[in-house]
Amino acid sequence: MADSGVTDEPGTKDDVHRAKTEGKELSKEEKQRLRKEKKQQKKNKEKKDEKASHESEKKKNKEEKPVSAAAPASQPPTQPSTQKAPSAVPAPAPVPVPVSETPALADKPAKTKADLKAERRARQEAERASKQAATSKPKAPPNELQPVVKRLPEHVQVDNPGVLKKLAKKLERQQIPLRLDYGYKVSLFSHLHQYSRKAPLTQQLSIPSTVIHPAIVRLGLQYSQGIVAGSNARSVALLHAFKQVIRDYTTPPNEELSRDLVNKLKPYISFLSQCRPLSASMGNAIKYIKKEISNIPSQCKEEEAKRKLLSCIDCYIDEKIILAAKAIAKSSIEKISNGDVILVYGCSSLVNHILCEAFEKNIKFRVIVVDSRPRLEGREALRRLVQRGISCTYVLISAVSYILPEVSKVFLGAHALLANGYVMSRVGTSQIALVAKAFNVPVLVCCETYKFCERVQTDSFVSNELDDPDDLIVTRKGKTQLEHWQDVPSLGLLNLVYDVTPPDFVDLVITDLGMIPCTSVPVVLRVKNVDQ
Amino acid sequence: MELQAVLMAAGGGSRMTDLTYNTPKPMLPVGNKPLMWYPLNLLERVGFEEVIVITTKEVQKMMATDPKMKIDVKMKLDVVCIQEDGDMGTADALRHIQQKIKTDVLVVSCDLITDVALHEVVDLFRAHNATLAMLMSNAHEFTETVPGQKGKKKTAEQRDFVGVDQSGKRLLFMANEADLEDGLSIRKSIMRKHPRMHIKTGLVDAHLYCLKKAVVDFLADNKSISSIRGELVPYLVRKQFSKTTNSPKIKDDAENQNQKTNDSSTNHELLISSRDEPLLQLAQERSCWNDHRGDMSEAYHGGKLRCYVHIIDQGLCCRVNTLAAYIEANRLAPKLFEEPAVHPSAVISERCQMGSDSIIGALCQVADKTSIKRSTLGNSTTVKEKVKVTNSIIMHGVTIEEGCNIQGSVICSNAVIGRGADLKYCLVGNGQRIEPEAERTNEVIVGTDQLMEI
Repeated sequence: MADSGVTDEPGTKDDVHRAKTEGKELSKEEKQRLRKEKKQQKKNKEKKDEKASHESEKKKNKEEKPVSAAAPASQPPTQPSTQKAPSAVPAPAPVPVPVSETPALADKPAKTKADLKAERRARQEAERASKQAATSKPKAPPNELQPVVKRLPEHVQVDNPGVLKKLAKKLERQQIPLRLDYGYKVSLFSHLHQYSRKAPLTQQLSIPSTVIHPAIVRLGLQYSQGIVAGSNARSVALLHAFKQVIRDYTTPPNEELSRDLVNKLKPYISFLSQCRPLSASMGNAIKYIKKEISNIPSQCKEEEAKRKLLSCIDCYIDEKIILAAKAIAKSSIEKISNGDVILVYGCSSLVNHILCEAFEKNIKFRVIVVDSRPRLEGREALRRLVQRGISCTYVLISAVSYILPEVSKVFLGAHALLANGYVMSRVGTSQIALVAKAFNVPVLVCCETYKFCERVQTDSFVSNELDDPDDLIVTRKGKTQLEHWQDVPSLGLLNLVYDVTPPDFVDLVITDLGMIPCTSVPVVLRVKNVDQ
Repeated sequence: MELQAVLMAAGGGSRMTDLTYNTPKPMLPVGNKPLMWYPLNLLERVGFEEVIVITTKEVQKMMATDPKMKIDVKMKLDVVCIQEDGDMGTADALRHIQQKIKTDVLVVSCDLITDVALHEVVDLFRAHNATLAMLMSNAHEFTETVPGQKGKKKTAEQRDFVGVDQSGKRLLFMANEADLEDGLSIRKSIMRKHPRMHIKTGLVDAHLYCLKKAVVDFLADNKSISSIRGELVPYLVRKQFSKTTNSPKIKDDAENQNQKTNDSSTNHELLISSRDEPLLQLAQERSCWNDHRGDMSEAYHGGKLRCYVHIIDQGLCCRVNTLAAYIEANRLAPKLFEEPAVHPSAVISERCQMGSDSIIGALCQVADKTSIKRSTLGNSTTVKEKVKVTNSIIMHGVTIEEGCNIQGSVICSNAVIGRGADLKYCLVGNGQRIEPEAERTNEVIVGTDQLMEI
């Protein structure tokens, strides 16, 4: 009886306290959402519970002890981990939601009220457990399955109106305009965004942009217009823009740089992902910066902190991009011998770099550049190689099986390497790898380790990028056949950007850590995580 | 802060002296709003919160008393006064306020009326890291008869030759017919880099420029440039292709070689590189994008100075610097806004025939049996009975006595038209009195004191 009395009073305090803590933890969106879900559940069941409370009291008393024992036990291990880095990770990271951990996660920030909260959480737990037991037994199994549920990133759930609403709310809160999808989407890809290049996001922004730093607006424009394209270029440009943001940043009073700067970066990242979906390399760079920022000790003065961050960024670029390129070039040159005929696809900055280096070392080889519409990036690769003096041949991808008997090696660049060994690269790469396999030509993929990502994908449908369908429209001899494609109801234009190559078609992956087979990618990821 | 807006409102309106000898050009009423309200409104709609207005003391005084300016303009106006007779060009004015300019600047002229999506111009400026981005529009012929013009005389306006590249965005060449004595000559360096150039002559410059801060600093050092449109823009366009811009290191060699030392020192100013230039270089190198194809050079041909232009085909964009443009603007400007044609405080009698495209200003009094078609009536105008006003522009404080017939005319402020007057295609100056029963066609009626002004 004493217990139930105590539960009733904090019940009202609960909501108030919860409201306060929700107000403080605006930065931790996930926990907020969790708490809202819990609140919903509680409201629904509170009405039922009032009648059943007397009956379940006895059950409460029994279950309270084991639950309260569990709650404090789960607190200490989660607290240090959450103290380290409020990992406000971009959406793709899965968040296991075990029921017992949620109360512990929720009350991490206010350490001073930890005791009160622990009690309250324990009591909530007891109530919920009792309600679940009281209302329906079949609900017990889902509790066990809950830890397995992963949250899908927003950008692959575009056909889900609930997700879109959440996104709209989030953007509204961050004062960033929502970019609308354009045109008819092919049904298989209707879960992805499709934007038009003629409707830039800046249309809806005020011209001297105050909400978003001008460097980020410029970067977003350059992304959406394709001026900065290619995984490495995008990452470098992103880090350059972040450097400018950090330089112009001043800590507001009563705030800590380590927390406030991360909060400042979030709307910028939303803005950039609205302009063009983030690449895996960009995601990793952002993770790194956020970690560096949160690791800044609070005693550090602002100037020093900023200097440290700027040097971190320079260091990252140096190590992961410039030096990695040098290392990869060195390893790759061992694989290129005199008389080789090398096939490359599209314009990969890394592969171009390797070929130029190999040419400097006076290895006699020639290159076949394969290109595809609508981007026709191969022309740029061709220009760069020919400018150096390398003899090149240029074909379109439709002629690849014609030209392959002449080829001795295939060098491919990658946008990202997935955790199951699949290579995500420009659309058409998997075809090249397939045909090369059929002709028994070795396929070598060159990729820096910072592009390794923990996602797992086996097909190109689940997560991809849809480019502007109007890019496919071409005018020949004054006639534009597809000009009014939108008027034809059964016609959809699909402009995919990426595709996924299975590891069976890739013979070797050349990274800055050495030459590894495709299946060793998860090992590298594990080693990287341990290092960090 | 990304951009600062500067409104140039010190111009004299030298091509429409009949209208401007009493009212300064920025305060001429167009659709019953002062002319400078339109660019300010454009800036406000787009999201600017502060504007630096360069104007004369007279205009500043009028601005303070004008109700439209006080109420409707919510931005902070930082008014800088310059001497009216100081003969200051637009570039001189920019040099004058150089201390206030902290970032890139957007210069607008006070006589621009447009509904262009400003982000198109600014996006070119941002995305390509351009030094100059400007706005131009395809000119339309004015169809209205202009009072005071004897016959369909084509104005001897000098044509502007504007050369753009394939995409229509990059500005390659700009010259005025007056400067091209013996034909149009294009440098080989331009032809080598841009073999396909479109040269257009029918474009109207909207006098809206996005300039980098480095340009304003450059102006401070080069006092010889006095007009943005006339001198600075052609200079920048030419400098895109000069040899020294392509390799910033050579600027020291050029000085040693005694070769156009002026150019090299000025280039140094214009090419103030941002910090982290190597990072930007790296990003550009690694990016698989090029703005042109067909030759061996990298994006932008390695040039650091770039000028862009946005040309609009549709939509309204007119510069009110001649009488014809003024009349045209009065016709089109009201369509930009969804405001009621008749001001609520105007007193219109019931038996008045008013066309739907007429604008009546505040505190007007229109008596019975009048007919007002396709006209604009200014504030506090009195129109007596049996008056027929067609296709005309009546400014503020005008009194039109009974029985008048006014067609295709412009009546300036505080004029009095005597009863029974018949005016066709006339321009009546400020404060003039037209005697009763007068019949004037195609005349400019101004006071004798104005005639003495040059």
